[in-house]
Amino acid sequence: MKVQQISVFLENKSGRLATLTDVLGKAGINIRALSIADTSDFGILRLIVNQPEEAFRILKEAGFTASLTDIIAVEVKDEPGGLAAILKILESAGINIEYLYAFLEKSSNDALVVFRVEQIEDAINLLTKNNVNLLKGAEVYKL
Amino acid sequence: MFNPEIETMPREQLRQLQFERLKKTVELVYENVPFYKQTFKEKGLQPGDLKSLDDLKLLPFTVKQDLRDNYPFALFAVPMSEVVRVHASSGTTGKPTVVGYTQNDIDIWAELIARCVAMAGGGKGDVIQVAYGYGLFTGGLGLHYGAERLGATVIPISGGNTRRQLMLMKDFGTTILCCTPSYALFLGEEAAEEGIDLINGQIKAGIFGAEPWSENMRKELEKVMGIKAYNIYGLSEIMGPGVSMECECQCGMHIMEDCFIPEIIDPETGETLPYGSKGELVFTTIAKEAFPLIRYRTRDISVLREEKCGCGRTFVRMERVMGRTDDMLIIRGVNVFPSQIESVLLEIGETEPHYLLVVDRQGNLDNLEVWVEVSEKMFSDEVRKLEELEKKLRHEIASVLGISAKIKLVEPKTIPRSEGKAKRVIDKREL
Repeated sequence: MKVQQISVFLENKSGRLATLTDVLGKAGINIRALSIADTSDFGILRLIVNQPEEAFRILKEAGFTASLTDIIAVEVKDEPGGLAAILKILESAGINIEYLYAFLEKSSNDALVVFRVEQIEDAINLLTKNNVNLLKGAEVYKL
Repeated sequence: MFNPEIETMPREQLRQLQFERLKKTVELVYENVPFYKQTFKEKGLQPGDLKSLDDLKLLPFTVKQDLRDNYPFALFAVPMSEVVRVHASSGTTGKPTVVGYTQNDIDIWAELIARCVAMAGGGKGDVIQVAYGYGLFTGGLGLHYGAERLGATVIPISGGNTRRQLMLMKDFGTTILCCTPSYALFLGEEAAEEGIDLINGQIKAGIFGAEPWSENMRKELEKVMGIKAYNIYGLSEIMGPGVSMECECQCGMHIMEDCFIPEIIDPETGETLPYGSKGELVFTTIAKEAFPLIRYRTRDISVLREEKCGCGRTFVRMERVMGRTDDMLIIRGVNVFPSQIESVLLEIGETEPHYLLVVDRQGNLDNLEVWVEVSEKMFSDEVRKLEELEKKLRHEIASVLGISAKIKLVEPKTIPRSEGKAKRVIDKREL
């Protein structure tokens, strides 16, 4: 149920994101979802792509500092309170969310949200038990 | 002049005094410091082989690494019970360089500083603001005891707190300011901003040192403060401030030759060079008891001048330090080696750290930025963890260097490398 995400260290200076996306584009890597966390000096770009291992290798070759991180892709009801319901489940079990961001596309009628949590196995068990649908890696990459 | 008999001693007589004191020092270290017994033996030398002052060049050099290898007290020539004070400067690998003084050493040091302050026109009745740091650094306490010896009034304010510096300068009627030249410029600027008139105030002289500066900075300081700005030189290994000092002629710093024998050597070959040649300054202490050093290589580049000085002093003069033979930087008066940054990065588990020190001067104050390439090992995809890393680096670097630095995390391969070897320092300061 785990999905691989690529995280890349970026300095806050012009052209870095363009270079990075260009490297991926030329290698035929398609970005499925992304988010940037930034401070005044640097940023961390998080990407879900169609071929994570390959993208990771290519970025390293291009001189970027990158890492692969396990995340979960959670289907969230596309209605008021949809996300809150999921967060309540996680909170009641004391599972901390490091960060989350939404997918651009949907896999069904539901919205798709990426969660990065510390206790990933616990989160998977808990959400599954509560009938929340998680997408498998393979399903996410081919979206 | 504080001690005219010594300071104007005819050269021949001075050389005789130096030779007598050198012999004593050599005997002292040979008998009491195993390191020197060993290095003398390696050269096949005994104290009795010293037949004239010129034989000094037969003696082995001492380098900073020797001080590190003998950390903390193994180079002391007296029992610790005779040592009344220690000072220390930051080392290159985390361990500081330690120096020690007997009461007699402290008294001599005070006399040397008294001579220095007198050279700057100071005496009884002067109010001397010591804005060098007090503590392990020799600057503050060194100036302090010398100014007291002279009979002047000391304001032991130490460094920092610019507003208070200016307030006391005005209210207490400071006549002589002692600090780093960059801090003096900063004080001058702040005074102008606060509407404090230094030019027509009581202050008449500044004793500035502990970092490289230039004639341009001197002109600027003399103009904004309405003072005469004097250059003082020293290093803790040899004594602290007061190894040499400018007289009113401002044409080089008189070396206190009754206590230290200077040489200029070719840093490559170690060969002694004649007066007037540019090379590495080497000092032998001849009046110290606790921590005598034989032919200590300072890594400072300068020139010795023996031409007679207009002030009447016979001590040779050294020119402003023109550079270093190693990669040491002086930032806000503190000695900084790039390898210190490396040691911090190695300690946090980096096996091949890439870093760059960027030094700049903004409004007369030095700014140190340390760029660190983020390796996969350091990287985390959580901002919080990277910020923790930044904080940790900032803390560790401040504790090793003794000064604060801004940490900038940069992408790999962004620090320029020349001939495969990384460039460690960009110094943008224009003195």
